[in-house]
Amino acid sequence: MAKDAVGYALTALNRLASSEMLDKMGMRKTVERLAYTLTKSGFQVLTTTARAFKSSGKGGKPERLNAPGQTRDLFDLGITDEQQMIRDSMQAFARDVLREQAEKADAAQKTSDEVVAQAQELGLNFFAVPESLGGAATERSTVTSMLVAEDLAHGDMGQAVAILAPMGVANALTQWGTFDQQEKYLSAFAEDTPPLATIAVSEPRPLFDPLQLQTSARNDGDSYVLNGTKSMVPLAGEAELFLVAAQAENGPAVFIVEGGTEGLTVGEDPSMGVRASAQRPLILDNVRVPAENRLGEKDFDYRAFVDLGTLAWCALAIGTSQAVLDYVGPYCNERTAFGEPISHRQAVAFMIADMAIELDAMRMLTYRAVCRAEQGKNFQREAHLARTLVKDKAMKIGTDGVQLLGGHGFTHEYPVERWYRDLRAIGVAFGGLHL
Amino acid sequence: MNIEIPKKFKPLINNAYQVAQSTLRPISRKYDRGEHQYPKELDMLASVLDGFNEGDPANSAGAATTGKGTKEEEGAVKNGSNMGVCLGAMEMCYGDTGFLLAMPRQGLGNAAIAAVANDEQLERFKGKWAAMAITEPSCGSDSAAIRTTAKKDGDHYILNGEKIYVTSGQRADCVVVWASLDPKLGRAAIKSFVVDWGTPGMELARLEKKLGIRASDTAAINFNDCRVPAENLLGSPEIDTKKGFAGVMETFDNTRPLVAAMAIGCAKASLERIKELLKDHIQYDYSKPVDNCSAVEAEIYKMEADWEAAYWLAVKAAWMADNKQANTLQASISKAKAGRVGNAITLRCVELAGTLGYTEDELLEKWARDSKILDIFEGTQQIQQLVIARRVLGLSSKELK
Repeated sequence: MAKDAVGYALTALNRLASSEMLDKMGMRKTVERLAYTLTKSGFQVLTTTARAFKSSGKGGKPERLNAPGQTRDLFDLGITDEQQMIRDSMQAFARDVLREQAEKADAAQKTSDEVVAQAQELGLNFFAVPESLGGAATERSTVTSMLVAEDLAHGDMGQAVAILAPMGVANALTQWGTFDQQEKYLSAFAEDTPPLATIAVSEPRPLFDPLQLQTSARNDGDSYVLNGTKSMVPLAGEAELFLVAAQAENGPAVFIVEGGTEGLTVGEDPSMGVRASAQRPLILDNVRVPAENRLGEKDFDYRAFVDLGTLAWCALAIGTSQAVLDYVGPYCNERTAFGEPISHRQAVAFMIADMAIELDAMRMLTYRAVCRAEQGKNFQREAHLARTLVKDKAMKIGTDGVQLLGGHGFTHEYPVERWYRDLRAIGVAFGGLHL
Repeated sequence: MNIEIPKKFKPLINNAYQVAQSTLRPISRKYDRGEHQYPKELDMLASVLDGFNEGDPANSAGAATTGKGTKEEEGAVKNGSNMGVCLGAMEMCYGDTGFLLAMPRQGLGNAAIAAVANDEQLERFKGKWAAMAITEPSCGSDSAAIRTTAKKDGDHYILNGEKIYVTSGQRADCVVVWASLDPKLGRAAIKSFVVDWGTPGMELARLEKKLGIRASDTAAINFNDCRVPAENLLGSPEIDTKKGFAGVMETFDNTRPLVAAMAIGCAKASLERIKELLKDHIQYDYSKPVDNCSAVEAEIYKMEADWEAAYWLAVKAAWMADNKQANTLQASISKAKAGRVGNAITLRCVELAGTLGYTEDELLEKWARDSKILDIFEGTQQIQQLVIARRVLGLSSKELK
């Protein structure tokens, strides 16, 4: 019997348990250091030069993975044994590694190489790449990706974004890429040192709408010339591969841009939160990409591409909101005032009840949209409603989390102020990720 | 994971929707104005629903009963009667909440009997319309403070006390009455009794005049030395101080999602109507980020998002009941969410429609009155918050009062 996804998950778990990280680290190819250059607009950084992505030029049909078989049409919130196993390992990793490193990574504005390496040991990329391209995926489960995002964000949202961004690029290539694009770029994600990669959609202006892009893509012979500024791009300085959304002659499109391409630089713009994702602005100054690097063919759905990113942010919000709820309960049970735990007061207890109510509401809308996406149904309305609800309720949970801890909550001694900053991201973030 | 309503419920939903549109809506205003008039149209409707029921309970349009899910095959997921009843109730309340509550043979008492009666009792009370009597003049949400007493006398219990806010209390065949075997023993001593109308000592005190759900009669009933056969006690007659309240409280695990469903149905009516009224002002394209929409568009989307969240929370709680999963927390969450959302939506829709929405020419103002009770009965918003907070925090009712 062939090794299936469960087998690979077990192998990955086993490796994590037995591996000695530091030894592994020595073997890991060092990423080329960032080169700094001083320009008029301040410090700008050249993007990391990409490895040589190879194409055989053979031609063929792209690999598309189907959703897991839905044999019955019953309402069911249960998950498969495989999904449970993946969740168990993600939750353990989030608790033991991400939560421990969260404060440090936030301050450093970087997810450490050790943490990234450990995440890769879990085999996340492996599951995003189809078997025929060297990965382990036989089916594409958007639900699984969502659960992974939720569980990682329970540990720390910033590091979760850094870990998930490359996986998002792999997911997008699997779902939308042409045969050549998959062959050239996707197979690299199943290698021992998968490329860091990221998605650039947002632009820095008020009331940004991902369907109204100012970054332009001008068709020029057999290439496109990209101009504009992208914002909040995770791993922008380190990524070897970018998916960049830009306005083409016939509507918004996405382009595969290799790191180190001439005219591609990153700026510095430290943000309120999600800082461990190392997000930066990405500046495109007459960046020329081959016409065949325009993502997908006729079946490419830009709206769905954006919505799958939005739903990833919703899943992150759920994970972090759960972290808030899990934290404030014990705190309020232990913290005493006027002779009894503050949780014995309805004013406090009802805030916590509201967190639990709205968190479950966030879950149902997000799960619903993602289930529809997985099953190939239209999910635009559901994604829109999920974002509309989640961004408000998650922020309410974030602000109440700090409120419940009072002055303590305002300091870095406690994690709630970081969650507060991170949860504000849900209302502003587009792209960066792809379930 | 699959978050869709299964195809097998489509006929049920459709039947209930047809009833709502063709039968309930046309007489909605009539019985709102004529409070305490018996809506005779419902007798016909109830027979039709019984017909649906006997044909195939799955198509019953909300007439089937909630209850303890029975497991068909080990490990198989069930979408059963709890879910079906909720889906039916949503559509019926989309028609008219008052009529659903006034529907013969579908009282909350029936739900209580379904949840806790033994097989013999289930058989004996089959086909009876049962109302539910918990509240007393001096005790509302605090049902442990019930003063109505039940004293054992041979093979009967003698009931004494005063019950208020009994939905369908006058029209039902019988009333499920909560009474204490010994008030000194608190919650553990509270038991529920099925009392038939006509039992000597049971007397209708009055019918309430109300803010909404006027088509449904709300009775005050007095019990004076009312002798009830001992076999009409639901559940165990023993006073188990360890198990305490659990016996009577588990009814709520089934009925709270149902009341949530009512609030969802009522709010759906308002939301749909306001969208019709605003159709020249709004394009529903679900593509622009909500902050880029006009204020009224954004408001509609936010209400829709809250509504849809409430909808799936109710389905989730009912699904858990169908699958015999402990759902006390989720039942309360679903009711808290649906109660607050249903009330907020119906009130906001009146406001958005302006004076048009405020007049009796539209049903919007009626739905905004009807929705209020759904955030009150079967446990107020605040009671749900208490239940949820205690569960989440691991606190007892002594610690978190």
